[in-house]
This record gives sequence, C-alpha cells and structure tokens, in this order.
Amino acid sequence: MSFFGFHYRLERKAIGLTLGIICAASIGGLVEIAPLFTIHQTVEDAPDMRVYTPLELAGRNIYIREGCYACHSQMIRTLRDEVDRYGPYSLAVESKYDHPMLWGSKRTGPDLARIGEKYSDPWHVEHLNNPRDVVPVSVMPAYGWLLTTELRTDDLGLHLKAQRAVGVPYTDDMIANAAADAYAQSNPDSPLADGVTKRYGKATTMRAFDGNPSHLTEMDALVAYLQILGRLTDAAHKTIAQGGAEQ
Amino acid sequence: MIAQLTVIERQRAILISVAVAICGGLIVIVGRGDPMGIHGALIFLVAFLMIFRIGANYYTPAPSEDRLASYYDDPSKVGIVLSMAWAVIGLAVGDWVAWQLAYPDLTFGQAWSSFGRLRPVHTTSVIFGFGGNALIATSFYVMQRTSRARLPDQVTPWFVVFGYNLFCLLAVTGYLMGVTQSKEYAEPEWYTDLWLVVVWVTYFVLYLRTLARRKEPHIYVSNWYYMAFILVVAILHIVNNLAVPVSLGHAKSYSAFSGVQDAMTQWWYGHNAVAFFLTAGFLGMMYYFLPMRAGRPIYSYRMSIISFWGITFFYMWAGSHHLHFTALPQWVQTLGMTFSLMLLIPSWASAGNVLLTLNGAWDKVRDDATLRFMMVAGVFYGLTTFEGSFMAIRSVNSLSHYTDWTIGHVHAGALGWVAMITFGSIYACVPWLWKRERMYSPRLVEAHFWLALSGSVIYVFAMWNSGIVQGLMWRTYNESGTLAYSFVDTLIAMHPYYIARAVGGLLFLIGGCLGAYNIWMTIRVPGASASRTSDVPEPAVVGAGALQAAE
Repeated sequence: MSFFGFHYRLERKAIGLTLGIICAASIGGLVEIAPLFTIHQTVEDAPDMRVYTPLELAGRNIYIREGCYACHSQMIRTLRDEVDRYGPYSLAVESKYDHPMLWGSKRTGPDLARIGEKYSDPWHVEHLNNPRDVVPVSVMPAYGWLLTTELRTDDLGLHLKAQRAVGVPYTDDMIANAAADAYAQSNPDSPLADGVTKRYGKATTMRAFDGNPSHLTEMDALVAYLQILGRLTDAAHKTIAQGGAEQ
Repeated sequence: MIAQLTVIERQRAILISVAVAICGGLIVIVGRGDPMGIHGALIFLVAFLMIFRIGANYYTPAPSEDRLASYYDDPSKVGIVLSMAWAVIGLAVGDWVAWQLAYPDLTFGQAWSSFGRLRPVHTTSVIFGFGGNALIATSFYVMQRTSRARLPDQVTPWFVVFGYNLFCLLAVTGYLMGVTQSKEYAEPEWYTDLWLVVVWVTYFVLYLRTLARRKEPHIYVSNWYYMAFILVVAILHIVNNLAVPVSLGHAKSYSAFSGVQDAMTQWWYGHNAVAFFLTAGFLGMMYYFLPMRAGRPIYSYRMSIISFWGITFFYMWAGSHHLHFTALPQWVQTLGMTFSLMLLIPSWASAGNVLLTLNGAWDKVRDDATLRFMMVAGVFYGLTTFEGSFMAIRSVNSLSHYTDWTIGHVHAGALGWVAMITFGSIYACVPWLWKRERMYSPRLVEAHFWLALSGSVIYVFAMWNSGIVQGLMWRTYNESGTLAYSFVDTLIAMHPYYIARAVGGLLFLIGGCLGAYNIWMTIRVPGASASRTSDVPEPAVVGAGALQAAE
C-alpha cells in the first residue's frame, strides 16, 4: 500500500491523526534537549563559581522586569570580532545558575556578558538615570525611578528558597540571612557586612552602589548585578589562556 | 448572543463565571502587596461582568430547536471583532516602540512605557491577540463547514474565546507592571500560563468533539493544520513554562531550567511557536479560505500531505539555529542548521500550492483585493521560509544574528504572511458570517491592501539594510588589526533606517485601522440584499470533494 493510500485512510481517523502529530513533533525535541541534561561535557566544571548574592539576584530580577534582555545579549559568540570587542567567549557554565538564562537574541545595545567592573558605579548610576548624559547618541530608555524606589527585601529569603528548589545551591544560612545580606552588601561599614563575605566569599563586591549607603534602592541592586556579570567564575579567562597556549 | 443559549447552558455559563470570580477573589487575597493581587482583581472584574451580562438576559425566551439545523457562528463573530481590536492595539504599540528606537525620549519618563516593557505588549498583542483570536474564530468556522457538523454545545466555544482573551489581557497588563518571565514569546508568569493550559485543553477537546460528529468521512487538510497548531502549542507551552513560583502569592517564578538547557528549551519553544502558531494555524486558514475565495480546488492533495508532515516533523529540530556560535554544543547547532535547510521542501510545497491553486484565476487576483491579500501572503510565505533556511546556515547566521536582519525576517513573515493571510481570510469570512453581499467598502479593502504591502516592503527593506550594515560594521577591522567601529558608531548608522522602519509600520497600522473600520461598518450597516439566508448554499465541502477528485 502506498504512503498516500495509507494517508487516505489515516485522515479518516481523528485520534490517529492526533497520535501521528504527537509522535512526529516529539522526536526533534527529545533528541536535541534530553541529552543536554545527561552528557557531562555540555557544561564545563568551574569549582570557583559562586551563586548570586541576594542583592545581585534582586538586581537580576529588575533587569528581567524592565526587559533589558530585549536589547542586550549576554552571550559572546566564538567569533574573533566578538572576543576582541567584548572579551573571552561565553561558556555554558557561566549561566549555570541563571534561571532563566538571559543570553538574548538582539543587540540594540552592546553585549553585557562581561560588563562587570568595566565601568565605575557612578557611571552606571548616571547612565541608568539618563543614558544620554554619558552617551549622547544612546537610544536606551531612562530609568530615573530606580534611584528613588526602595528595594523590597522582606521576601528575598523566599526567592532564594525557590532558587534552591530549581537547583541553585543556596544554604539554609544564606536563606535565613537574605534580607540582611542584601542590606549589608551595599553598606560595607555596617556590622552585618562580615556575614556577606562569610557566606559568599571574600571577593564579593561590597559598596554603596548608588553612592548612598543609607538607602537600599533598586539602583543599588541593578548596579550590583551589572558589576558581577562575567565575574562569577574565572573559567572563561582560563579557557582562553589554555587555548592560546596550545596554538 | 445569550438568547441563543438554552437555560441549562446559561446556568453552566454562570457557574463557570462564578468559579472564575472565586479564583480571582482568592488571588486578590493571597497576592496582596504584589502585582498578582491586581491581576486577581482584574480576573474578578471580568468574571463579574460575565455573570452580570448573562444574568441580565437570563429570562429571555429559550431558543427554538431550529438552531441545531445551522452552524453556530456567534463565537467566530466575536473572535473576529476581538482579533481586529488586538490588531489595532498591537500594531499601534509596535509602531510606538519603533519610534522610541529613533527618538528614545518618547517614553515620557514612565516606567510602564519603556521599550523593555512595551515590546512584549506588542509581540503578545499581535501574535496571541490578533493572530490567536483569528485562528480560534476561523477554526470554529472551518471545522464546522468541512465536517458538516455543528459545534457540540454552545458554552465551550465561549469559554475558549473569552478564556483565551483573559489570558491575553493578563499577559499584556502584566508586562506593563513588570510581570514577565523574560522568555521570548512566553513572557506571562506561572498563573497566567496555568490558565492558558485549561483553556487550551478545552479547545482541543472541543475540536475532537466536533470532528466526532462530522458527516464527512475525511478530515479536511485545514483541520490537520489546526489540530497540529493546538496540540503542539500545548506541548511547547507546558514544557517551556515549567517553573517554581516564589510563593503562591508572588507573580514571580524561577524557570525549572537554567543556562544552556534553558536556552535550548526556549528556542525549541520560540522557533516552534513560529512554526505551529504562526505557520501551521495560518496554513489551515489558507487551505480553506483561498480555494473558497478563488473558486478553485487546492492544486495538489499530495503536496499538502508532504507539506503537513514535513512541517510537523522537521520544524521541531530547527530551534537550535538561534544559538549558532554560542555555548550550546556544536552537534545541536549542526542538527538545527541541517533540519532548517530541509524545511524548505515542505514550506515551498505549501507556498507552491497557493500559487498553483491560483493558476487560472489570475483575473480574480487582479480584480479582488481580498484574494490578492492571500496571493501576496503565499508569496511572502515562500520568500520568508527561503530566507529563514538561508539565515540558519552557520556562516550567514554569524552576520545576521543579533542584528535587525532578524527583525526584518520576522516581520516579512508576520506582516507579509501571517497578517496578510488573516486580513484576506477575514475579509472573505465577514460577509459570509454576517450574511452580507460584500464588505461595506471594497475600495477600503483595496486601500488597505496597498498600505499593508507598501508598509511591509518599506519595513523589511529598512531592516535588511540596517541589519547587514550593522553586522558588517561589527566585524570590520582596521589595517592595524583592531576593530574599526565602536558600538556607538553603528547606532548612528542605524538611525535613518529606524525612522524608515517606523514609517513602514505606520502605513501598516493605518491599513489595519481602515480594516477594523470597514469590518465594523459591514457589521453595523445591515446589508440591503442579504444574499445568504442560510448556511446551506455555502459549499461546505469544497476542499474535501475537490481533494477526492484530484486523487
């Protein structure tokens, strides 16, 4: 019986068509996605990688809320001009704790995968407040309200808990102290500051990101996030260095 | 509309609305202090209006049994009106954000009006609001006629139409408040996603229930496409949106996947939202309304089979071409590229079917703007699928990715194919549904056609230019071996193209407004000579009968 003869009979059966569609449509996804969870080489090892602090996570959520990902990618491709412009190409491990990932699909503005510590805090504050004050031809919207909006911290523990539920290794200690750590990271002179370095490591950036330690604003959180981008692990720099040595 | 419902159906409708209102009330309570609480109030308000509307008409006389002898088209009518309303909203917001990229201070300093929040309002309004409503409305219309069976009941289709629009409303108002998952074309948060699952499953079951009542032994090709659209979108939606909410009272959730796995899942979803929402569904529309309007059977039954199964199978592999040169393993990128190239075969089988069906009816294409909408849609479909396969090639993608070329490609498909086939189908369908001889103003249809075509062409050419210019500037080196242009240099080069794009979008928007006005007037002004007094003269089986003849 020919294929078309078979089809001539199949198209008389609604359930047959339904099952056929489900089978035909499932194969591609199964073959391409399932192995990404099981093949170990998919994501590199990076023992030095740390999780986002509560303040950085809050900043990341603001980045998502404002739709920054619509114009900025966080994925440097393995192309010479991208490495020259933005830095070492991105590794899978670098977004291992990114639920969801923010690789982006469009660069109306530049890539931000390695923006961390490239510019000063005051530059970021001024730029976010009104981009055209520092980059006259910028087409980025102004985010003036970030400086005046108090950051919500009372539920940060719940955020960390939900993150742990999807696989990010936050400890009970981190969850219990989430709100205090967010406050202390932008107020390095506070007595709570030691807790942040104890839980997230000595290299954690502790600064009054928006220039005002007495107020914890959404600007603090967003700048803290931007300043950690590309700096959760050294893996990418190491990979490039090794690759260079081999050539 | 409510007069058509039987007493028991009115009771069921009220019961469902009460249940929805209770859910809304609960969300208000658990979500207070969070944007979710505002959404709860919105859900409650919508359900309350429903209860009020049905209650006010509760004691109108029950409909006679005669209604069962004809098709049930009220939900299709409402769906088409809602579709055009979303079209105007979505196109207007789209053009607004296009102007923002040329003149960034057009946000007027408000949080809700910045590009990042408005962009998903645009995409959701046009894809899900305009496109989705048109698909639901036409699918009800087509499945009844190609099955020669009436919808099985009169409550479920209303639940699907209004439930779906509640989803769109929650999505769009959420973005304005900053409620988003950031997953492209799947931005709504977890509770909105759960609601869509309920609506969507009901939709598919309704489809099967109608098909089970059919008097035609064969299921017509349009229905295959509509079924694939509903089924696969359900699979994609459920998997891509798996997430853990911060708490039951928080709108915010965290995706179950992260990093590279999340990227692959999102583009498996994203690319197949294009495939099954924006392609399969609209092919279903095309396979019914084009032969009906042209008065000719579909050229090739076999090509439609090859096209259908090719699209259903190949498309699901192609998503990874969005991730060339990224941290996604090379083997997945290569698979995505390979299947993207093979996709050209089923795509062109359908595009060819469009044009070959019209072969012999070119005089009608010349005289009839409605048919011309469908013809141009077929041409754009062919061109866009070719461009898509081309851009999936790794070396081409290295230039086009991250630039406006992608935006141009998407809009060639969205404006040229999806919107054109929808406008054509709606212009064909509205006089049939409302028993009018023709549209209120054929000249406005003509004007709409030329505005839509010129708007699309200007838009696409502007984005091709800006995309390729930007891609080339990014990779240009000086003789000294350093990068020749800063990022800011490329911004200056983009400016004129951004203005041209916004002008093209404006033309398309004006066309859409003319269309909405024309449709509204067709509905409001009663036809002097109603050519159709019943559904029967409409050839219900043009497709199926014609297809068998072609065997």
